[in-house]
Amino acid sequence: MSVIDSLIDVVPLYLEGFGLTILLLLVSGVGAFILGVIIAAMRISPLPSLRLFAVAYTETLRNVPLLLVLFFCAFVLPILGVSVGSDPKVGYMLLAMVGLTLYTSPFVAEAVRSGINGVPIGQAEAARSLGMGFGPVLTLIILPQAGRMVVPPLINVFIALTKNTSVAGIFFVNELFSGVQRATRDHGDKVLLMLLFAALLYLVITIPLGQAAGYVEKKVRVLR
Amino acid sequence: MSQSVLYDAPGPKARRRSLIGSIVGIVLIAALFWWVIATLAAPRISANDAVTPGMFDPSRWDVLANPLVWERFAGGVGATLMMAGAAAILAILVGIGFSFVRTAKSRWIRVPAAIVLEFFRGMPVLLMIFFVFLVFSTGAYWAGVIGLGVYNGAIIGEALRAGILSLPKGQREAGLVIGLSTTKTRMIIEFPQAFRQMLPIILAQMVVLLKDTSLAYVVAYDELSRTIQNMQKALGNNYVFTLFIIGLAIYLALNLSLSWIARVVAKRSGPQAGKLTPEDPSAALGAEGTRAITLPVLERDRPPRRPD
Repeated sequence: MSVIDSLIDVVPLYLEGFGLTILLLLVSGVGAFILGVIIAAMRISPLPSLRLFAVAYTETLRNVPLLLVLFFCAFVLPILGVSVGSDPKVGYMLLAMVGLTLYTSPFVAEAVRSGINGVPIGQAEAARSLGMGFGPVLTLIILPQAGRMVVPPLINVFIALTKNTSVAGIFFVNELFSGVQRATRDHGDKVLLMLLFAALLYLVITIPLGQAAGYVEKKVRVLR
Repeated sequence: MSQSVLYDAPGPKARRRSLIGSIVGIVLIAALFWWVIATLAAPRISANDAVTPGMFDPSRWDVLANPLVWERFAGGVGATLMMAGAAAILAILVGIGFSFVRTAKSRWIRVPAAIVLEFFRGMPVLLMIFFVFLVFSTGAYWAGVIGLGVYNGAIIGEALRAGILSLPKGQREAGLVIGLSTTKTRMIIEFPQAFRQMLPIILAQMVVLLKDTSLAYVVAYDELSRTIQNMQKALGNNYVFTLFIIGLAIYLALNLSLSWIARVVAKRSGPQAGKLTPEDPSAALGAEGTRAITLPVLERDRPPRRPD
């Protein structure tokens, strides 16, 4: 087969994989964002027990490889009786989403927390000296300012998530990386081409995100 | 107890409320744990009336008495550490190289370097390892080492570049003024300071690298994760939970001790270049609740300097 033919040959496979990669990214991204914000809120809350829980959660998940988290979701959860429907394709997809959400959430929490910590201390002190309590200080003063600063590190977390979706390919999800594995098997003579094609598809997601992070970072720097 | 600036030092009423809240929180978390453990421990009855024992049943843990299992675990840990060590050295070398070409004077070096760097940073490590494995047919071990080394090297390179750019201008000017060439200034004045400045980030990246060795799974390198799965295949599903828990404990022990070392080293020889940063960053930023990951703040406060 000529180069063009084999490229055309893998396009459907790669497009399906690319679609699933984006789906994984979107669902786990939203999930991890929500969970991460909750964990970050627990981390700075006045209740010591919540703080302790948040620290333990963050430290555990941050220090375990993603492969092991997904291994837990794909093999251990079903044995523990978590049923995900009869269709194994959908089931493994859902389990991978759970795994990626769990794994990414502490990184989101750390990004949010670093944003909150990045707000100059005087802001909180000024608000406090006006007589505001914990809630108003956080929602009216700290978070609106932190929000801006959180965006660049948060985008970096999502870039990492994009790259991490590839690990789900090992656990029976037909996303882009599993497409690569199949394509390199089917077109053994054009391995380099297949790999570069897939790399390009990943870069289509990660490079614009990176540019956006850089742009926002510059904006924030000017504003301060 | 140190107080956060976000809320008052609690008075007697608030202290009581917080105590009640804490107790409720602890009870809730304990209940959650209890529920998880109870679910794990309960024997399961499958569709064909076969009863499988609970997760803490001795029949699931008796493999651990077998020294052969521990030998396999030790082998897995050894393989993981060997790959991580070699990849770490490579990553630092690659990172140093990247930081030099990325801050080079000539546009003809700087721009292509930036493109290559973006390429490496935007690709999944998994794909990179697979790439090296297939294209250069290096064998599993070197595929992992090179893939991880180049990927993390790109990230360390960017960190070092940021470190060089964040140095005060006077350092470079002073170097040039005493008659050093631009290269020498970079090598013996700017770079050592940048390296020190960025040491915490580099060490944090090492933890990531250690975790990512598990991705060498894809090229069939028998590191810890793959060892666990091999054993699961050999011993059957009965032991999957046991093996998983042991693997989890080993990874946590490895990574947490590495993080701890990173923190100690960062405290001893972290950013001290020209005493730019305060002795204790947390003191400068305020008390407990807003203890910063200080780097973004400190970097922002410094005027950005472009490479000239």
